[in-house]
Amino acid sequence: MIQADLSVILPEIILAIYAMAALIGAVYTTKDALGPLLVWTTAGLMAVLAFWIATNGDGTHIAFNGMFVDDGFARFAKVAILLAAAAVLVMSQEYMARRGLLRFEYPLLVALAAVGMMMMVSAGDLMSLYMGLELQSLSLYVVAALRRDSVKSTEAGLKYFVLGALSSGLLLYGASLVYGYTGTTLFSGIIKTAQHGDASIGLLFGLIFLISGLAFKVSAVPFHMWTPDVYEGSPTPITAFFATAPKVAAMALFARVLHDAFGGAVADWQQVIVLLSVLSMFLGGIAAIGQRDIKRLMAYSSIAHMGYGLIGLAAGTELGVKAMLMYLAIYVTMNVGTFAFILMMERDGKPVTDIDALRQYSRRDPGKALAVMILMFSLAGVPPMLGFFAKFGVWQAGIEAGLTGLVIASAIASVIGAFYYLRIVFYMYFGAENEDPIDTHSSPVLWGALMASAALMVVGVFYQFGIEGAAAAAAATLVN
Amino acid sequence: MDNILSIVTFIPALAALILALFLRGEDAAAQRNAKWVALVATTVTFLVSIGIYTDFDPSNTGFQMVEEGKWLMGLKYKMGVDGISVLFVLLTTFIMPLTILASWQVTDRVKEYMIAFLMLETLMLGVFMALDLVLFYLFFEAGLIPMFLIIGVWGGKDRIYASFKFFLYTFLGSVLMLVAMVAMYADAGTTDIEALMSHQFSSEGFSVLGVYIVGGMQTLMFLAFFASFAVKMPMWPVHTWLPDAHVQAPTAGSVVLAAILLKMGGYGFLRFSLPMFPVGSAVMTDVVLWMSAIAVVYTSLVALVQEDMKKLIAYSSVAHMGFVTMGIFAANQQGVDGAIFQMLSHGFISAALFLIVGVIYDRMHTRDIEAYGGLVIRMPAYALVFMLFTMANVGLPGTSGFIGEFLTLMGAFQVNTWVTAVAASGVIFSAGYALWLYRRVVFGDLIKESLKSITDMSARERLVFAPLVVMTILLGVYPSLVTDVIGNSTAALISNYDTALAAAEAATQFASH
Repeated sequence: MIQADLSVILPEIILAIYAMAALIGAVYTTKDALGPLLVWTTAGLMAVLAFWIATNGDGTHIAFNGMFVDDGFARFAKVAILLAAAAVLVMSQEYMARRGLLRFEYPLLVALAAVGMMMMVSAGDLMSLYMGLELQSLSLYVVAALRRDSVKSTEAGLKYFVLGALSSGLLLYGASLVYGYTGTTLFSGIIKTAQHGDASIGLLFGLIFLISGLAFKVSAVPFHMWTPDVYEGSPTPITAFFATAPKVAAMALFARVLHDAFGGAVADWQQVIVLLSVLSMFLGGIAAIGQRDIKRLMAYSSIAHMGYGLIGLAAGTELGVKAMLMYLAIYVTMNVGTFAFILMMERDGKPVTDIDALRQYSRRDPGKALAVMILMFSLAGVPPMLGFFAKFGVWQAGIEAGLTGLVIASAIASVIGAFYYLRIVFYMYFGAENEDPIDTHSSPVLWGALMASAALMVVGVFYQFGIEGAAAAAAATLVN
Repeated sequence: MDNILSIVTFIPALAALILALFLRGEDAAAQRNAKWVALVATTVTFLVSIGIYTDFDPSNTGFQMVEEGKWLMGLKYKMGVDGISVLFVLLTTFIMPLTILASWQVTDRVKEYMIAFLMLETLMLGVFMALDLVLFYLFFEAGLIPMFLIIGVWGGKDRIYASFKFFLYTFLGSVLMLVAMVAMYADAGTTDIEALMSHQFSSEGFSVLGVYIVGGMQTLMFLAFFASFAVKMPMWPVHTWLPDAHVQAPTAGSVVLAAILLKMGGYGFLRFSLPMFPVGSAVMTDVVLWMSAIAVVYTSLVALVQEDMKKLIAYSSVAHMGFVTMGIFAANQQGVDGAIFQMLSHGFISAALFLIVGVIYDRMHTRDIEAYGGLVIRMPAYALVFMLFTMANVGLPGTSGFIGEFLTLMGAFQVNTWVTAVAASGVIFSAGYALWLYRRVVFGDLIKESLKSITDMSARERLVFAPLVVMTILLGVYPSLVTDVIGNSTAALISNYDTALAAAEAATQFASH
């Protein structure tokens, strides 16, 4: 019944048709002059879809013979993806327009990437997984290189593309092995064969390649090399986008593959995820210490945060998935606020990314400095900010799954990581005076995003807007 | 009042919020307003907290005035006090108005300064009242943020090094404690401190990486908590952050650090280590006792050679905290009573000593002992106050310092004679460095040109010292004020501890037969 199938993927279809129609519309009319309008309509549509998915969805619907799964887990991830993408779009509008980067393709590529991400988190089959992944990746390669006349931006795009293609190759190779040894590409079919103890070597080989490909997408060590360069080279709004929605999508996809297709072989992949997690946390923490560029610093920070998120995944339990989803939701909120601030950092109209420029910032703009301080402590996982509860959740899951060593390692890594977040606070509050301070350019949208995100870090300790319950329900549908 | 504990805890936070939202400008009027708001808020907190003291029933060894509410992730918001914590709450509310009063001459970013201190007060009070593991951790850790800023923004020359060292040192200790807390949650299924006290954690030995661990899980958890509390205390050899932090912090910051923040370590041992991991504590007792004795002697000797007054007092604090850990791990009535008494008395004495340094630092802007001499000629009132607290620091009978040291030594003597003998020599050393400091600063001829015009204490400064003088002497001559309140709770703590140990012993013997 094609109608029943279509109604399941209606949100994706709407967004895809909107993107294509707007593309044609813009090409045949005023082109870039439509840019600002398209940013707002795209963001608006995403917000509406997020609201619709959050309020209307219930139960589990399977479409296209199992290729596409719409369950609580997918809905949670989709809402997070759509809201993050919408927030970043709105934040980027002014920045891009003032620098002549606001081409009409930009919001539409982001919309298409969002479609790809929604596809990823709903994938029930290796083929639909790959389709979603490539739609997302190809859109992202292009937006990374959006500033065509900048060497760094084109370099970022190219690097991202070449390494991304490599990871897709790994993933496809893994997928073909899995298909070869199970005879099916459907997750529901794979799980019947992939049971701990009687999974063949070939299947495990395929699983490892799949994990490698996915680890690249979440930028887990040792597949992280592209992250700092791409973060630094891309225009800042694009970096903000990279740091939020695609991370949610990739982690959710990771969880879906491991639980839906390989849920019976937890013991086989757990050790791999533990290794990825430990390496990410330590490398993310240590490598960021030497960074002077706040975008590179945030790149390493995101690597470390993915490491913490992976603890939840490594637990291989329902509690672990719930903790991971909570972690992602909190992580995205913190990053939206932090990047809103980075977008405001400029001197004479030019963007500044050197953290030295923040010296004594608190004297010039105490309100924003306070908000950034809250975000930094939250990123470092210091209570009472919400970032602490994110870490607490994954540690709880880790301990209950018997991964005490991993949790202790991550505790030590979090102290190392605290150093560079503290350093930003130190520059803002008690660094020596800088002769060449940054301007405090401020648009109401960016200011609002920064303040809202900082406020959420504090208010969230008292009231979480039902996120916890939603994450628990989402995890329950994935792991059963 | 049903929720007096929450009210007391959050009055300062409310005042901080009011300052943050409604006070604008950096002019003299705004600065004065900020100071007055902070002073009024801390004073009101103290007055309300007297209500906790009058409502408190010392014969009841359980938690009193308990408040309970739901919180996120299956955790609880639960507050309460018992005989062990109630006096720390009062110590905190008592000291805070004095620190605000002592910072009356701050001119740089006064609003932020007051907000930091008010937030700090809320967080410190929360530590002593929290009855949920994670709530405790939240208050315990969050206190690092305002203290980091206080040292970093208003500190001295090397403030950046000191603030980072302070933060990262204590943070590393605390995350290990958090891991143990998560493990406790996993094991007992609750984070309620009251329930955890009656939960038996496994004490069966096992091997980790080929090393056999006596006391098993309890010992590991004890060590994780120990990592945090020992740093906070601070115990030798993890005390090195304290002198740096003290020297660089502004006077009021040092006062809070010495008088209240250091007490969190000792409080933690009494609240968590002894009652929850009795077997782990027993396994580690000898190590901790010797560490305490070394701390007393070693840091006293280090204090002797200091040339910076604040550093000298900081090392003397470490030495006095050595008596506290010794008393706690003696685990008998005199030892634990003495430890609590010593912490309270040290709260008054060390606060006063740091304020004493602050008085002359405000005038001469140096803390070098060399730069002073003969102050008694120009500052008789100052010399008198200084002498009283020097004597109290030495532990002269009649001051509160004597009771604490004597009780802890008496408690420890019943457990380990050698440790006590070594630690008792520290009493003599402390007389050495304290009296020598006093002689060099106050006595002698007033020959230094710069000191010729120094003025004696102002009325405001006398007002700050008066309550501290009263409390030091009052507790010195009438110690029952404290011991009557804490006695029953400590007795219950010790009898539970002994019962748990006996039960564990019986279980091991049963298993080996």
